[in-house]
Amino acid sequence: MKRILTVIRPDKLEDVKDALEEIGCHGLTVKYVKGRGRQLGITESYRGHDYNVDVLPKVEIEIVAKDEDVENIVDTIVKTGQTGYIGDGKIFILPVEEVIRIRTGERGENAI
Amino acid sequence: MDPILNSGDTAWMLISTALVILMTIPGLALFYGGLIRRENVLNTIFLSFVTFAIVSILWLVYGYDIAFGSDIWGILGNLSNPFFNGILETKALSTYAPTIPTSLFAVFQMTFAAITVALISGAIVERMKFSAWLTFIPVWLTLVYLPIAHWIWGGGWLYQLGALDFAGGLVVHLNCGMAALALVLLMGARKNAKLLPHHLGYSVIGAGLLWFGWFGFNAGSALGANDLAISAMIVTNTSAAVGMLTWMLMDKLQTGKPTLLGALSGVIAGLAAITPAAGFVNFPAALIIGFAAGICGYMAVTHLKPRFGYDDALDVFGIHGICGVVGAIGAGLFATSTINGAIAGGLFFGNPSQLGVQLLAIAVVGAYSLVMTLIIGKVIDKTIGLRVDEDHEIEGLDINLHEESGYRL
Repeated sequence: MKRILTVIRPDKLEDVKDALEEIGCHGLTVKYVKGRGRQLGITESYRGHDYNVDVLPKVEIEIVAKDEDVENIVDTIVKTGQTGYIGDGKIFILPVEEVIRIRTGERGENAI
Repeated sequence: MDPILNSGDTAWMLISTALVILMTIPGLALFYGGLIRRENVLNTIFLSFVTFAIVSILWLVYGYDIAFGSDIWGILGNLSNPFFNGILETKALSTYAPTIPTSLFAVFQMTFAAITVALISGAIVERMKFSAWLTFIPVWLTLVYLPIAHWIWGGGWLYQLGALDFAGGLVVHLNCGMAALALVLLMGARKNAKLLPHHLGYSVIGAGLLWFGWFGFNAGSALGANDLAISAMIVTNTSAAVGMLTWMLMDKLQTGKPTLLGALSGVIAGLAAITPAAGFVNFPAALIIGFAAGICGYMAVTHLKPRFGYDDALDVFGIHGICGVVGAIGAGLFATSTINGAIAGGLFFGNPSQLGVQLLAIAVVGAYSLVMTLIIGKVIDKTIGLRVDEDHEIEGLDINLHEESGYRL
């Protein structure tokens, strides 16, 4: 089992969510986060003063999936989340030791 | 002819009074509240609200008489009706506006005193102790606002010299701007002195309410439902509109893009500048005053402030102080008896000495407000302390001073 941590543009959330649903990936958690990558933010101007805003709003999608589903999910996210410009975000894949469904106490892949 | 109550004038002044109240609560509170960090939004809004409450009581207890009571040596008014004693009961008509009751004139003037003190709060947001602000309000009202209001409006010595200040370019805007400068000089800069508005939408609503309420402020200062009120309303709107467009132009020329906050700032600059001249000047003069306000306000905020490094957080000195001066000079240049028969006019209308009187009034009001506020602020700093603890400033004032937060999102 893997945990897929995805940081994308906020305005891509609906597209990515819909595309994931189409490939049968239903369960996910969405967080509204702020962060920065290599481009180090953007400039905003208030009353004639320029400020470098170095953390920008992003959306983080967290998915836990079976190992065999991971590639399909990653492909879907890259395809729908991509604009080709700086700031599209990143995907991190981490191992998951155990999953437990609280309602029934089931464990393992069936509990995902 | 004996003065008689005019119900049209009285109705307009009741409405004007309510309009000016709307400028402070919630207009100014929201305008300021949108511009600061989200951790300080409640404290910033609170400063305006609590100011209104305190000033509105003190004004009727003694403030109105000290400012507008019968003149004593040109310095102060006579406290003849403490606690508003007898003013409501006798139903006497105002000596300043013989067609409306004294009580109505008093409550109209109350709203001016309240917004003047509340305006100062924009400079000291995000770092002033709430207890220090609560102490500052009555002391500053008594020692600075009341004398200046008396000198210029209540029959005091500057009034006797013929200084023109229709609705408060000196009494309100220059006065609050210099007081703001004095306080920030004493308090020093914030740890994080950036102007990164956390919610410009609040400021849009706030600026809209200020623009709307300003018709009560300026057209109400005609003290009746008459031609002068209409004239004041038209030049007020004109200066606001020109101020907005001018600031947008400056934004475009200097940083490349027009900004909404810049446009709103230009509106306030234009409104502050036309305030002392509103009942004295015509439409072309309002175009010039609004244009000058946009340029001067912009330069003060973008060049003067960084050059001297004072942390006037929301530009109370840069916009209100500077544009109050612009308008007071504008009145000295463009005032005309064809708009207002009660005056002789300004430099361009055959009365060059008016400009000298205006410059004297600017110097006196500016210096008095600056020096007195420095003294008041220093005493509060030595006794209560002006600034919050460093960790409170970093964490935010809402949670530390009030134990509540603006957003549970």
